[in-house]
Amino acid sequence: MWSIISVLVENKPGVLFKVTNLFRSRNYNIDSISVGITENPEFSRMTITTSADEKQLNQIIKQLDKLIDTVEVKRLEEKMSVYRELVLMKIKVTKPSDSMEIMNLANAFKCQVHDVRKTSIIVEITATPDRINAFEDLVRGYGILEIARTGICALPRGGVNED
Amino acid sequence: MEKMSGARSLMVALEKEGVELAFGIPGGANLPIYDELYKSNIRHILVRHEQSASHMADGFGRVSRRPGVCFATSGPGATNIVTGIATAQADSSPMIAITGQVPSKMIGKDAFQESDIIGITNPIVKYAFQPMDAAEIPTVVKKAFYISSTGRPGPVLIDIPKDVQQNEAEMYFPNEVKVRGYHPWVDPDIREIERAIDMLLSAERPIILAGGGVIISGAFAELQSIAELLMIPVVTTFKGKGSFPENHPLSLGPIGMHGHAEANKMMVEADCVLAAGSRFSDRSVGTFEEFEKRLKIIHMDVDPAEIGKNQTTTVAVVGDIKASLRIMVKMLVQKAIKRGDDNPWLKKVNETRDYYRENLKLHPHPLGAAKILRKLREVLPHQSIVTTEVGQHQMWASLFFDVIQPGTFFSSTGLGTMGWGFPAAIGAKAAKPSVPVLDIAGEGSFNMTENSLAVSVLDNLPVIVLLMNNFSLGMVAQWQRTFYDRRMIGIDLKNCPDYVKLAEAYGAQGIRAESIDEVGKAVQTALKSDVATVIDIPIDPQEDVLPFVAPGTPLKDMILPS
Ligand SMILES: Cc1ncc(C[n+]2csc(CCOP(=O)(O)OP(=O)(O)O)c2C)c(N)n1
Ligand SMILES: [Mg+2]
Repeated sequence: MWSIISVLVENKPGVLFKVTNLFRSRNYNIDSISVGITENPEFSRMTITTSADEKQLNQIIKQLDKLIDTVEVKRLEEKMSVYRELVLMKIKVTKPSDSMEIMNLANAFKCQVHDVRKTSIIVEITATPDRINAFEDLVRGYGILEIARTGICALPRGGVNED
Repeated sequence: MEKMSGARSLMVALEKEGVELAFGIPGGANLPIYDELYKSNIRHILVRHEQSASHMADGFGRVSRRPGVCFATSGPGATNIVTGIATAQADSSPMIAITGQVPSKMIGKDAFQESDIIGITNPIVKYAFQPMDAAEIPTVVKKAFYISSTGRPGPVLIDIPKDVQQNEAEMYFPNEVKVRGYHPWVDPDIREIERAIDMLLSAERPIILAGGGVIISGAFAELQSIAELLMIPVVTTFKGKGSFPENHPLSLGPIGMHGHAEANKMMVEADCVLAAGSRFSDRSVGTFEEFEKRLKIIHMDVDPAEIGKNQTTTVAVVGDIKASLRIMVKMLVQKAIKRGDDNPWLKKVNETRDYYRENLKLHPHPLGAAKILRKLREVLPHQSIVTTEVGQHQMWASLFFDVIQPGTFFSSTGLGTMGWGFPAAIGAKAAKPSVPVLDIAGEGSFNMTENSLAVSVLDNLPVIVLLMNNFSLGMVAQWQRTFYDRRMIGIDLKNCPDYVKLAEAYGAQGIRAESIDEVGKAVQTALKSDVATVIDIPIDPQEDVLPFVAPGTPLKDMILPS
């Protein structure tokens, strides 16, 4: 089981270190983390996924909340939020038909294709982890040369006052 | 607005916070601060090692319940206070540590005496500031005191690059600050307190577990009222020792690894516990699992992250302990709840306590720990402040030295820092010069910070060191005797130095006490003296601390003296 934690933090140096150091020093696990500035330049949003159990997750949220530089810590329920990850995959092209097949698969998964070459293709997929895994399974046979992933970023569904 | 240097603004801001004294050592990177200290009204206490400065600030903070201040220069000065910061953090003690840093342009260049003290201390501070603009300093200081002293108190570091100390700026001194993302004041949930009362009333074998939070929030009267209204026996954690008068008929003393036998015994038999300001540390509860199933737990704490961290609870009340307990007292009074003492549980509690008081075997040596510490209690006025070092003597203090006036006993309970007690006692004396201050010490611990004798003598902060001298790192020796088949290594201190001469070398008073009678007289002499006194008591190196709950075992399996 993995969970998504959305953390609004002060946008200043050292805050990412404090958050990751908290995970390290308390022996929690980070599966992915993505960080970026928000609509208000004073804040950044970190989206953290972790495979902690329920009890540990509660602790993680409380300990994150306790950090003075975190302004808001929320657990995002999968069903109640939009969450996506962007992955770049460099896939090996061995024979000419490979390119066509990979591009067809990419099309079916609504992926962008970049940097088409004789020996490789870079596919950009933005999707939920499940879909990304499904795509990865399908192209694994061609040979995956390199992968870069952003980590999940997520927002809760609905308006401000709806919850 | 007034134009002044960063260092000057630091002094003005500290004075505005009511700071009257600070402990520290100057060096290249904090000389601008010291130059302004020279011109200010703040009294500087020069220590002989920065670690002691941080422990003094810690002791000052625990006693006065406002942050103690210490100064250190960059690099080694800053790294020398790391142990003091960690100790303060582990025991939730308010402290402001102010370090000099290399000039901002040199940061990251591995400059002379540069150390990344912000990075080093990150997991052990409540918060850290590194102002990069002199104009930030007044606000930083205000925020530092606010963060350090509110909610669950803790150490705050201010690391100031030398150029930022020197630069001039228009200074604005705020009277109030807000820190977004920091909400120390939570109103306790009344309904939860009501549930807690119902649970305590319907319990057959209720107990109160008072932790350090009671002492930090000064909730002594409230705790006592609740215990007396509900007639519930009180155990404490070691950190909570003396949050409840230990001569009170409902007092059972500390639980834990070296808890009182009667306290451990009753703790495991209870069916409902009101834990106030305790974090269920391993040293206090051992392994808790086997009886927690039938134990209902009411957990009160100011730190929401403590709820459910070590212990699953039935009812949780988040908020200041004093505020929560006060509401509880009010409710009890409104509902006219007052219980008598005629019930089987209290009968059992009293029988158990009487049994252990009569039957617990004490060490037969003429200078046995219990005899010394009971003598000390006899001659030391109740309002005196007592600190301890770390080791057997500390645990004997927990077992045999009764704290009568709440809030007069302090120890490094969370980090277990040897060398803490003596400088902390000096800090305590600075906070409360009107009362005697005494450090119950082991010589191994005393060795670590004994050069603070110079401070005690020169700065006229006389404290008493009661040295329970077993010529060894006794606690380690006990573990080697118990768990390592008597393979004794690294514990023999060989009666070196001579502590009477050592004290005298510093201009302090040294007394050797070789009988209980002499111990009493020595303490009386020290109490009358206006100079620091070291009382060297040669005790039996073979004496163990008992009862003993071995690490990783439940309280019920405590080892009793045979
Ligand atoms: C700074 C530090 N180093 C090591 C230890 C491990 N330790 C715990 S108790 C102890 C022995 C303390 O000796 P002493 O102060 O003489 O006390 P005694 O146990 O003999 O009463 C040691 C080495 C510690 N707690 N703190
Ligand atoms: Mg010793």
